[in-house]
Amino acid sequence: MRRFVIGQAKNLIDQTRRRPRPHNNNIRLLSLLASDPIPVSSSRFFSDMTGSDSSSSLPVTLDSINPNVLKCEYAVRGEIVNIAQKLQDDLKINKDAYPFDEIIYCNIGNPQSLSQQPITFFREVLALCSHTALLDRDETHALFSADSIARAWKILDQIPGKATGAYSHSQGIKGLRDAIAAGIEARDGLPADPNDIFMTDGASPGVHMMMQLLISSEKDGILCPIPQYPLYSASIALHGGSLVPYYLDEASGWGLEISELKKQLEDAKSKGITVRALAVINPGNPTGQVLSEENQRDIVDFCKKEGLVLLADEVYQENVYVPDKKFHSFKKVARSMGHGEKDISLVSFQSISKGYYGECGKRGGYMEVTGFTSDVREQIYKVASVNLCSNISGQILASLVMSPPKPGDESYESYIAEKEGILSSMARRAKTLEEALNKLEGITCNRAEGAMYLFPCINLPQKAIAAAEAAKTAPDTFYCKRLLNATGIVVVPGSGFRQVPGTWHFRCTILPQEDKIPAIVNRLTEFHKSFMDEFRD
Amino acid sequence: MSLKALDYESLNENVKNCQYAVRGELYLRASELQKEGKKIIFTNVGNPHALGQKPLTFPRQVVALCQAPFLLDNPNVGMIFPADAIARAKHYLSLTSGGLGAYSDSRGLPGVRKEVAEFIQRRDGYPSDPELIFLTDGASKGVMQILNCIIRNQKDGILVPVPQYPLYSATISLLGGTLVPYYLEETDNWGLDVNNLRQSVAQARSQGITVRAMVIINPGNPTGQCLSEANLREILKFCCDERLVLLGDEVYQQNIYQDERPFISSKKVLMDMGAPLSKEVQLISFHTVSKGYWGECGQRGGYFEMTNIPPRTVEEIYKVASIALSPNVSAQIFMGLMVSPPKPGDISYDQFVRESKGILESLRRRARIMTDGFNSCKNVVCNFTEGAMYSFPQIKLPPKAIQAAKQAGKVPDVFYCLKLLEATGISTVPGSGFGQKEGVFHLRTTILPAEEEMPEIMESFKKFNDEFMSQYGDNFGYSRM
Repeated sequence: MRRFVIGQAKNLIDQTRRRPRPHNNNIRLLSLLASDPIPVSSSRFFSDMTGSDSSSSLPVTLDSINPNVLKCEYAVRGEIVNIAQKLQDDLKINKDAYPFDEIIYCNIGNPQSLSQQPITFFREVLALCSHTALLDRDETHALFSADSIARAWKILDQIPGKATGAYSHSQGIKGLRDAIAAGIEARDGLPADPNDIFMTDGASPGVHMMMQLLISSEKDGILCPIPQYPLYSASIALHGGSLVPYYLDEASGWGLEISELKKQLEDAKSKGITVRALAVINPGNPTGQVLSEENQRDIVDFCKKEGLVLLADEVYQENVYVPDKKFHSFKKVARSMGHGEKDISLVSFQSISKGYYGECGKRGGYMEVTGFTSDVREQIYKVASVNLCSNISGQILASLVMSPPKPGDESYESYIAEKEGILSSMARRAKTLEEALNKLEGITCNRAEGAMYLFPCINLPQKAIAAAEAAKTAPDTFYCKRLLNATGIVVVPGSGFRQVPGTWHFRCTILPQEDKIPAIVNRLTEFHKSFMDEFRD
Repeated sequence: MSLKALDYESLNENVKNCQYAVRGELYLRASELQKEGKKIIFTNVGNPHALGQKPLTFPRQVVALCQAPFLLDNPNVGMIFPADAIARAKHYLSLTSGGLGAYSDSRGLPGVRKEVAEFIQRRDGYPSDPELIFLTDGASKGVMQILNCIIRNQKDGILVPVPQYPLYSATISLLGGTLVPYYLEETDNWGLDVNNLRQSVAQARSQGITVRAMVIINPGNPTGQCLSEANLREILKFCCDERLVLLGDEVYQQNIYQDERPFISSKKVLMDMGAPLSKEVQLISFHTVSKGYWGECGQRGGYFEMTNIPPRTVEEIYKVASIALSPNVSAQIFMGLMVSPPKPGDISYDQFVRESKGILESLRRRARIMTDGFNSCKNVVCNFTEGAMYSFPQIKLPPKAIQAAKQAGKVPDVFYCLKLLEATGISTVPGSGFGQKEGVFHLRTTILPAEEEMPEIMESFKKFNDEFMSQYGDNFGYSRM
């Protein structure tokens, strides 16, 4: 049975060292190696890896794969999801064996897998760009809106030879980057340079690229929010660095305190760690908070003062549900403070997977890289070029997301209706689920100001914790497994995102369709009641 | 005074050390010249559609329908899409869990992986397990994922052919491993001699390197050679004896331009060899939608198939794939279409065959035109392009040219290629980007420019080369291999 190790907060400091070697040119050939060997450490593996592969004479066994691979974890698609998939398969043949008749995946921000519809205009343009012969046919005008046809032509004219099947420039097609830069400018009221844009297959590869640049050894630390989206912990582990946690304050709506940042920075320094960057997710994942502008200014100041790269994960920038909060990009905030390219190194990540467009499967996104010297930018370009380019369809979609239909365009009305329909529904679902969770015994749940998740805190009774321990499972995982088996609802235990030790959470998306929400609330409520009945102290 | 957060000095050394010439100095210079208005012929990368090759019609029709499923509800859709494209679009949409916009399984859509397994089975005559097939955003991503699993530190060595496609050297660099070169024999049609392999491994081990894996690129890039069955058997036996994982880069398996050595997959040969080898040798095979006669580079679609990899290791590879959530779904559909194209009797079959054959036959002709064109130059020797998409002529540079290069601070083949670029607009990649024997120089060009433009391009090259040789050469003294 597949089993991903879902751990508690692990200290990433004791890893296999990777000492980089100086070298001359091009390919590092065998002949250039110096003669002193690195001592091979004998115990690289976790004690909780039960047993080793029996075929240990083979080269790629568990004993001999990169220990950073073994170390990294990604709970969003981990243990609970595997169980759920097995249940789902079994449901098809054993319908009556379960107290529910479907699995509802609330573990992952994957809107279109839960019946959210794509934005029509975007897909019209993509279809026309996929099969350009359509543009030569008269019948096409009867099937597609006029402005989608016009936009397809515009995009194709920006692609050399109109060849959507060709590798593009490694940063992405120039004309599309121009459109994105224009979109950023419209959003922030400040100019953006298309040469600062690096288009990637989703935002995640961009994060990996930056970790690769920043991390040379486990002495390099990256400040990450706790709770965090586990891409960060996994990526840091894969690249052999150290995650330096800073705790968000649940009591104050997951606020970010500069004093906490300072404390963690000093703590890391005292352990010999050079902190290189600060990752901020705004709006937050899993926590959903939208930072106040003041908070953002403090963060920018902190990074500037401490010489840290600011990694601003802004993929949920279009998901804000509360009237008292607004999204402000970190670039806008920094520039409004008078900090320019020479003052702060900032990488801002955006994706087509979230927002109201939810185009996860297309894999599109970009990072906007500002405040780096040209020799560093060349290195970023070089790493991007090894993979040649990101997928063209995703690039096109990213440009559409950043420059959607405008008032007056033929598709504007339907576009706005679709967009607002989705966003207002998300806001309603966020509220409904939050209220329902707060009614449950021992559960408190901060509101989802943005993003796509709720992250309730469960005050688990001692008996439950003991039962979990007996089952050799983390308490929140124990709860989530029980929830799954009783209701078919799939959530991710808080330990997958890390949390203040001794507290327990789970992350649930707000994405099931609105008509399913009442049933979900009922099942959840019933389950929780019976769980508490069983384990109440 | 603020500290500089990410100075060049503090960058990860592995990043600084990695090189990828395909989009390196020559390409950047060519792009500059293009901006200045010069006509550039980009033959630096295997990017067929960028040089006028048209996409195949059927897959584009299917994917267009998948992009905009509301078209399928339109009663008029049959007027501009053939029925089999419509049926196929419905089929692939039914394999997804929400269309192209939903993350799929991190290994790729199970239905598509099943189609890939069926393709492999038809091709090789042996069963293939979809659970051991992972779809990726291009074959390159798959290569990077696998090497990332294998390489622990710089004592881990990976056997790589020289010349090689610099994805391998760049990735090994980035991951902090060591490239262990084995030289292909230019005089023997870029043949692979197992003795070279043994020598390379022995030398590596004497320097404390643990050789973990061996890369073969078949058909070869940049060299184009197709490995014989006998050669593949030797290689597999060698990997078994030396306990190496074999990484079989087979992305050019559709691009074969001679009939003496058709493509045989490493997997087929391994299975043919029977137990114990067929149960012991660890093999990972890579394929893509970017090459062949499809040339759909921009889709970023590929897969790898694992053979004899232990289940726990497969789980770990799955785990790492899950961090990237999923490969892009459109490309997965392209992959499905590539492995299960229109069949005889399908409405689109004739057109599909016509388009595919047209492309392949033209590539075969262009391989010949280019090889002959290069060989007609006195100081150029060019092995025939048996497969893949490239020509890799050896340019014999006279001592004066090498001197001039040194003075200009350039490696000799870079110097030559830059001059070629400035004079003719032909953008190639210098052989040093792929590795070559000391003192021997090459350049890599693709065979992809349109057939009607080939003669002119070869003329242009020849003219430049003649002028270069009269500037720098004397009749007797050019470098020999």
